[in-house]
Amino acid sequence: MRNFHFEPGALPPEVETLRTEVRDFLAAEMQGRMPDERVESWSGFDPEFSTKVGARGWIAMTWPRKYGGHERTAFERYVVLEEMLAAGAPVGAHWVADRQSGPLLLRCGTEAQRQQFLPRIARGELYFAIGMSEPDSGSDLASVRTRAERDGNGFRVNGRKVWTSNAHRCQWMIALVRTHHDPENKHAGLSQMLIDTASPGMSIRPILDLTGRHHFNEILFEDVFVPRDMLVGDEGAGWGQVVSELAFERSGPERYLSSFELLLAFMREIGEVPGERAAVALGRLVAHLVTLRQMSLSVAGMLQAGQNPGLEAALVKDLGTAFEQELPEVVRLVLDVEPHPEGTAFERVLAHLTQVAPSFSLRGGTREILRGMIARGLGLR
Amino acid sequence: MSELGALLSDTVTRLFGDLVTDEVLQTAEQGAWPDRLWRALAEQGLTLALVPEPAGGAGASWADAYVVARAAGYHTAPVPLVETMLAAWLAAGAGLPVPPGPLSVAPVRGEALRLARAGAAVVVHGVAARVPWARTASHVVVVGDLDGRSTVALVPTASAAVASGENLAREPRDTVTFDGARAEQAGPAGSGLLADAVLRYGALVRSAQMAGALARALDEAVKHVGVRIQFGRPLARFQAIQQQLAVLGEHVAAAGVAAECAFRAADRGDAGFEVAVAKVRAGEAAGIGAGIAHQVHGAIGFTYEHHLHFATRRLWSWRSEFGSEARWSEELGRAAARIGADGLWSHVTSR
Repeated sequence: MRNFHFEPGALPPEVETLRTEVRDFLAAEMQGRMPDERVESWSGFDPEFSTKVGARGWIAMTWPRKYGGHERTAFERYVVLEEMLAAGAPVGAHWVADRQSGPLLLRCGTEAQRQQFLPRIARGELYFAIGMSEPDSGSDLASVRTRAERDGNGFRVNGRKVWTSNAHRCQWMIALVRTHHDPENKHAGLSQMLIDTASPGMSIRPILDLTGRHHFNEILFEDVFVPRDMLVGDEGAGWGQVVSELAFERSGPERYLSSFELLLAFMREIGEVPGERAAVALGRLVAHLVTLRQMSLSVAGMLQAGQNPGLEAALVKDLGTAFEQELPEVVRLVLDVEPHPEGTAFERVLAHLTQVAPSFSLRGGTREILRGMIARGLGLR
Repeated sequence: MSELGALLSDTVTRLFGDLVTDEVLQTAEQGAWPDRLWRALAEQGLTLALVPEPAGGAGASWADAYVVARAAGYHTAPVPLVETMLAAWLAAGAGLPVPPGPLSVAPVRGEALRLARAGAAVVVHGVAARVPWARTASHVVVVGDLDGRSTVALVPTASAAVASGENLAREPRDTVTFDGARAEQAGPAGSGLLADAVLRYGALVRSAQMAGALARALDEAVKHVGVRIQFGRPLARFQAIQQQLAVLGEHVAAAGVAAECAFRAADRGDAGFEVAVAKVRAGEAAGIGAGIAHQVHGAIGFTYEHHLHFATRRLWSWRSEFGSEARWSEELGRAAARIGADGLWSHVTSR
């Protein structure tokens, strides 16, 4: 049986100087941003903010300098991420490229791809969308049907991707496509490709979420030409690459801090001397928050040590999203409050989170998929 | 883990593995004292693990002691090992000699025991409920206030009245009536310790024991679903079972991390916040985890014959001992509220 071991992570003391720098930056940049802007957290898409973050050297922090990176530690990167999230900073534009697209290119990309994309990602200018899910392929990701067929010095791509967050605002995407069909083995024959979102033959249509807002999209590929040199990694090796990319997608502090703004709003509501019921509820939430941070730090420590914390990341994500989703429920058990989109800051934050909370345990791997991975780690499958 | 921690870990795993059998657990529940187990633990220096070397102990840190307390929980050892370790640490920290044999601590329910001077001696007044293993302990280490100072008093159990009681796992939890009992020795508590030190450090060690007992419940559950066949296949093959055990695995991990971080904080001498976090988090995990372990075991896990209950009945008691989740959540919530929304994040990141 696989033992989940979370070595308590301790941040090296030198990162605290960096933390102070980030806090000072955020104090100035976030001035005047209301709680209902902050609650957007890493969904908030603000290119101007992202270029400022890039200029401070806080994107691509661990990448080699020759690609525009800053060769800092995983712990330093962690500190920047958690400070941005805790402040509700609009990091959504550069988030995906920094978290997974760039690291994927570093691991599997060609030298030319690294030269072309990484420095601009690091500057906070180049944003990436993830083309994984399809109408008939959600959790069963290996069943993707978007085809890429050889055509001269490249591929012709046909098919459809859905739930592609911010595709309408990102210049590039990395899509998982089928380059070979083997009815016996659906995991074989998948490949990842860099695709310019302005390519001829691509149409990007909004899919509004249940609040009526436009974050994600449906993308239709009709004979979209992708040059051969935009293939990421080996042809047919896409499944393995995607699995390790998803480990990165799940490893960060964004998986327990999405609702942090509501915890703060709740604290402002109950005041410095809360009643017994409010104090008990708050204390329990703080216990969960602190434990999740300790676990998340432990995952950062494994990344820093060059280990693959895929399983531990899945575990922290599932616990983290449960916490994020529980927050609005706990708040309602303590206070007689109605979520209200035009109400007070507290009511607006509650209104937003109550509605978006279901997505937390869907995005980045559903709760059921993650628990399946954990069960495999326990030796049950 | 330090070298000493690794050594302690190997020793306790071996001793508990060899000596805590189902038979030992069952006879202990009927009142038998597992003398062989206790002597082995004492001979290996585990009971004095937290006592500094000059005072005759192993000089272990709290971080080292975590593995011992967790193992005591995992193996559901029916002896007052963690209580003795804690009592010895409190006594040695106050410069008192540590008597041999099992020790206990009081008060564990937050009662204010009154310490007073009687000539050159210190006497203790008051009643302490639910004192672990008092009937077996040669001495009870009492921490209380004396002349405005946190004071540790080493009270021979024979000088107090002990009435027997038990917790759900039939571990002794006795009522001790001190009624002017004379302390053999007394001295000011070690640095940074408040009069509630027993409650706080007791909660700390229980959080590690819970992490251990939860890990045991998970191991038992995984073992069971691998061999139990229903509908023609092992229970482990059912997604409904897999998903439940994944949740149990998550809570085992969370309880362990919370507890281990609190032990590390104890080495920094400022563990109030982390102890509250650990007791709340492990206590919540205990309830959820015990429930899942029983559910996947089915009816067999509900019998006395099967040994799952040695872990789960302890979990149900331990989560309430030295303060329940309600008690520690309230303390934590009040502390967080005082810090306020603008200070919470920097408080969390400064720990």
